[in-house]
Parts: sequence; structure tokens; C-alpha cells
Amino acid sequence: MSWDDFALAFFSLDILRQACPILLSGLVQTLLLSAMVVPLGLFGGVLLALLATVRSPFVRWPLMAWVDVFRSLPPLVLLIFVYAGLPFAGLEVSAWGAVAIGFFLNTGAYYGEILRAGIESVPAGQVEAARSTGLSRGQAMAWVVLPQAVRNMLPDLISNTLEVVKLTSIASVVALPELLFQARQAQSVTFNATPIVAAAVAYFVLLWPVVRLLSRLENRQLAGRR
Amino acid sequence: MTGWERFADSFLNARVAAEYLPKIVEGFGLTVVLALCIIAAGLAAGLALAVVRSLGVRPLNWLIIFAVDLFRALPPLVVIALFYFGLPAAGLSLSGFAAAWLALSLVLMAFSEEIFWAGITAVPKGQWEAARSTGLGFLPTLRLVVLPQALRITIPPLTNRTIAITKNTALASVVAVPEILGAAQAGVSFGFNPTPLTLGAAAYLVLFLPVVVLGRWIETRFAWKR
Amino acid sequence: MAAIVRAHGIHKHFGALHVLRGVDLEVAERELVFVIGPSGSGKSTLLRCLNRLEEPSGGRIEVDGIDMLDRRTDINRARQRIGMVFQSFNLYPHMTALGNVALALRQVLKLPRGEAEGRARAALERVGLADRAGHYPGQLSGGQQQRVAIARAVALEPRVMLFDEPTSALDPELVGGVLQAMRELRESGMTMVVVSHEMGFARAAADRVVFMDHGLVVEQGAPEAVFGAPREERTRAFIRQIDRH
Ligand SMILES: Nc1ncnc2c1ncn2[C@@H]1O[C@H](COP(=O)(O)OP(=O)(O)O)[C@@H](O)[C@H]1O
Ligand SMILES: [Mg+2]
Repeated sequence: MSWDDFALAFFSLDILRQACPILLSGLVQTLLLSAMVVPLGLFGGVLLALLATVRSPFVRWPLMAWVDVFRSLPPLVLLIFVYAGLPFAGLEVSAWGAVAIGFFLNTGAYYGEILRAGIESVPAGQVEAARSTGLSRGQAMAWVVLPQAVRNMLPDLISNTLEVVKLTSIASVVALPELLFQARQAQSVTFNATPIVAAAVAYFVLLWPVVRLLSRLENRQLAGRR
Repeated sequence: MTGWERFADSFLNARVAAEYLPKIVEGFGLTVVLALCIIAAGLAAGLALAVVRSLGVRPLNWLIIFAVDLFRALPPLVVIALFYFGLPAAGLSLSGFAAAWLALSLVLMAFSEEIFWAGITAVPKGQWEAARSTGLGFLPTLRLVVLPQALRITIPPLTNRTIAITKNTALASVVAVPEILGAAQAGVSFGFNPTPLTLGAAAYLVLFLPVVVLGRWIETRFAWKR
Repeated sequence: MAAIVRAHGIHKHFGALHVLRGVDLEVAERELVFVIGPSGSGKSTLLRCLNRLEEPSGGRIEVDGIDMLDRRTDINRARQRIGMVFQSFNLYPHMTALGNVALALRQVLKLPRGEAEGRARAALERVGLADRAGHYPGQLSGGQQQRVAIARAVALEPRVMLFDEPTSALDPELVGGVLQAMRELRESGMTMVVVSHEMGFARAAADRVVFMDHGLVVEQGAPEAVFGAPREERTRAFIRQIDRH
């Protein structure tokens, strides 16, 4: 196959021009989806991390089991289970609803672990010092623990958020018209790979700065942890 | 029928379970094979790239960094779609299994290279200098002095990342690979009952729950002294 | 003189471990009580029970007339009257020296920002660190960090200050500055309970020395008496060991 054929199959400007509107609408959906599932997952994570501060074994063990189960199930399995399974239980869910439930469970478990580890990374002496000056439990959490915890877990939080945004692509499997779904549609209509390449480029342009930032933060963190 | 009976009849139907269990077990085997192939290729390639990067050849390093960034920024499902739906446009057809294997190996390569590299740079310069001053060459120093120290600190992040990427084998169902999720979905549409999905989810738990728990253990076992 | 701290029959269990086995301690106003004893004898646990960082398993504790173990006591208000200085400083690394001192002034006493910072500055001045107000703990030496920690406690104008081995984590040449700050605090009339191995400081500044072992007060008295002519064999053995260093 000649270079021209190759370019035609993967980088056809003509096809790109045709597919542009639907790809753009897909991109918008991807951004909307991210704007929904990231806060949703963070909310779930905060709930789990707060529960994790309860010392009782009746909370600890079920909590750990919950987190590990939802970290063990591949997100796509969870999504399909919710989307294709729940109707059999008489619960019709839309693609958006299924994505919301699946991501809340999966992403929440990951955010929860990160937040918990971040809070636990702050030495106990910090809380004791704060309490000894009369700060309440909540004030010590807000002014002393969380600011330090956020700094410690910032790379993990950003990294997980990057993964969540990438993960929205699985919504294409339940026919939610986000970027990958639209690219696949365009590709199957045109028999040309250009739309998928364009979608990949869009993801890359969108997420590359985050990857760069992360790789610097992570390098620094690992070096500091020896 | 009570609500519970209806639920059990849908999701825990013994007849359907018996019928589709063999398929799920086959899918389980396929998932394990795919996962092992990804881990072997991904980690080997990642380590190789990190070693090459430590040679410090500028243009080569830029290339490596770009490849790593690329596969960290692209959603795995997009990479799989590129290989499976895109490559035929170039007259090159990959099986679903090969497409998923290649895509996920590249993703694991990218993430593990980053971790290996961070581990290598975290080993103090003095270690290199001490080894080189005793007459050890570059590669023996790397292999005998630097890598053993680097690998130890990379184990926790590497384990977690490997688990996360290996779970993406479920994405192979999208490109018609009859691994666990694929087999389960086929079962649901043939049997018109979601029990195969329950089986599939259970199969993933059997496969990944021990690994996730192991990852948790490794994280505390190799916890950094602060 | 009125007693500021009255602790009676304090017990503390950690699981099966019986760490405090009925400790009595009274500290009079303006008194400096020095607590010594072997490692693991329960000195830290006793101090931490006094402001309820540890929950005693039994006994009564009254500080400045407040029943510390009463459920109805607002523990956060009560703790304003009890300053504590830790062996490992426990400064907040994400705040400047001034921020460390001002935090409780703002959040607990609810002082307006300007007033809180003014008082924080004054407290830093007292420990000789007015010029370090804008520094973060990571930019300060261990001795300076501990003096900021003292300022953090002093700024709340407590009735009594608890010191848990304030100089043990310091390089020898940095100990002097911290002891100097404590000496000045004492001269200003502060009531103090000090757990420490600084025997020279004890001889010079303590009104009373309390020797603890295995969760009990074994012996107490004036420094000259406890150091010069200990009555108990265990005290004698401990002091011999310390003096060898
Ligand atoms: N949080 C805790 N949990 C269990 N045991 C503890 C705890 N804190 C202290 N201990 C134990 O209580 C005993 C007394 O400790 P501590 O009061 O720190 O002694 P000291 O300060 O005199 O060295 C020690 O045996 C110590 O191991
Ligand atoms: Mg102690």
C-alpha cells in the first residue's frame, strides 16, 4: 500500500470535514460526562473516606470489602451489569443512569482509597497538637489534616481523575453518544479510520498536559520517598 | 412470586447458570491467558524502555517520552478500537485477541516505563559512582546495583497499576473476544436472563479480588518509612 | 497556695497493659514540677491524660477548677487552659510560624485576624523568634521549631503548661535556646509540668521532682532531696544511670 493510500485511510481531510460535526458533538458529550462522573466519584469517595475514620470493626470490615469488590470488578462489567442486568429486575435505566451508577461505585471506591490514604498519611501528632490547643475534631480535620492530606495525595487525585476521564470512553458500549461512540459511527459509515484517529488526537490534545504534569509530580514523589 | 423469588429467578437462576457456566469457564481461561500475555509483554517492554532511557541518548529519550505520554493519555478502549477497526483500512487485520493484547500491552508498557524510570532515578548518584569506581561497567552497575534498589521501591505502584490495566481485559469483549464478559453477554442475549452476567461478575471477583487484596498487602508491606 | 492541677488515682489501660496504676499529682499555682522516670514508666501517658489526649480508665482530674473527665465539660475550651509541648514539636508544616501560633487564636478564641496575629507575634517575640514569623517549619532548626511550639501554646495564655521531653529530639547545641525559653516562662510565673532528662535544668529551676516507675509515683520532693538523697532504691539506680551521661 502506498503512502497516499495510507494517508487516505487514516488522515483523510475530506472524511474529517464530513465527520467533524458529529465528532464535536461527541467531544461535548465526553466533557459533560466527565463533568458528571468526576464529582460523583469524588462524592462517593468522600463518603467512604469519612466512614473509614470510624474505628469500629463493624464499619471497617464491610467498608474494606465494599472498596475491594468495586476495585476488583472491571468498570465495563459493572456498567454492563447495571445497563443490561437491571431491566430484568424491572428497573429500566438509561445509558446516562447506568454510567452514573457504575462510575459512582467504581470511581468512588478508588477516590475513597486515595482520600483515606491521604488522611492517614498525616502523622497523629498533628491532630494531637491541634486538639491540645483546643481545636475540635472537625476543626483539626479542616485546618490541619486536610490541607496536608490534599498535598500528599494530589498526584494520586489528579492521576485518578485522568483515568476517570479516559474511562468515560466505555460509555460508548452502552450507546451513549460520546466521542468514541461517534467516531465508531463515522468510521463504520465511511469505512475509513480517520474518525477514530481524529478522536484519538482529540483525547491526546485534551489530556497530554495532565500527563506531563503528573509525570513530574510522580517523579518527585517517588524520589522523595526512598 | 415474591420480589426476592423474582430477583433470584432473574439473577441467580440455577438452570441458566448450569447451561452457561462452561462458556464462562472458557471465558475465564481466555481472560487469564490474555492477562498474562499483557503482563509479560507490557512489563518487559516497559523495563526495556526504562533501561534504554537511562543511557541518556537525547533523541531516543524524546521518542520514549512521547510514546509513554501517548499511551498514558489515550483511553485503552480507543487504542483497541484503533487497532481493531482502524488497521483493516490499511489492509491489515488483527484478531480481536491480538488487538486487545497489543493495545493493552502498549498501555502497560507506558505506565510501567514511567514507574521503572522513576525508580531508577530515585537511586542516589553515589550508588552509581561507588559501583563504577570499583570497575563495574554501565550495564553490570545497572543490573547488580541500581535495578535491585529501584525495583524494590517500584513494587507497590507497579502492582496497583498492573492490576488496574489487566482489568481492562474486559474491554476485549467489545472486539468480539469471548473472554468472561463477552461470554456472559452472549449468554444474556441467548438465554434472555441476566444470570450469566452474575456468573461473569463472580468470575471477575474470583480472579481479581485476591490480587487486589494482595496489592493492599504489598502496599503496607513495602510501605515507605517516613 | 491553690492547686491548679489535681489528679487523683489515675489509671490507664492499653488493652491488657496497665500503664498508670493509680497516680496522684497535685501542682500548685506557679509551681514547676519535674517528672522523671525510666522509659515506659508512663510519664507521657500521664501528661496526655491531664488534657485528655488519652482517656484515663479511672480517677479524677481537675484543672483550674474544671472537672476534665465530666461529660458536660467542653473539652476544647478546657484545653485552652492547658498548653502542651511535644517531643517531636508537631508544628503544622503547611503553615508559617505565625500561622502555627495564630491558628487556635483564630479558630478557638475566634479573634479577628489582626488581633490574632498581633498576639501570635508577641508570643513569638517571647521565645526570641519575632524575626522568623514568616518562616515555615521546614526552614527552621529543631530548636527554633520547638520554641515556635512553645509560643503556640503560650499564646493561648494557659494556666498550666505541659512539656513532654521538649529537648530530647534536639541536637545538643540547640537545647540551650529551648531551656532558656522555658526558664523565662517560669520566671513570668507560669505553672509547669515538665517531663525531661535535663537534670541541670531540674536542679536549677524545679520546685519539686517526681520520680515515676511502672505507672506509679515512687518518690517526690525538693530537687536537692530527690537527687541528693533519694530514699528509694529504684530512684537511686535511675539517678545513677542518668548521671553517668
Ligand atoms: N497508644 C498506646 N497504645 C498501647 N500502648 C501504649 C500507648 N501509648 C503508650 N503505651 C505504652 O504505655 C507504656 C508507657 O508509655 P509512656 O507513657 O510513653 O512512657 P514514658 O513516656 O514514661 O516513656 C509503654 O509501655 C508504652 O509502650
Ligand atoms: Mg515519653
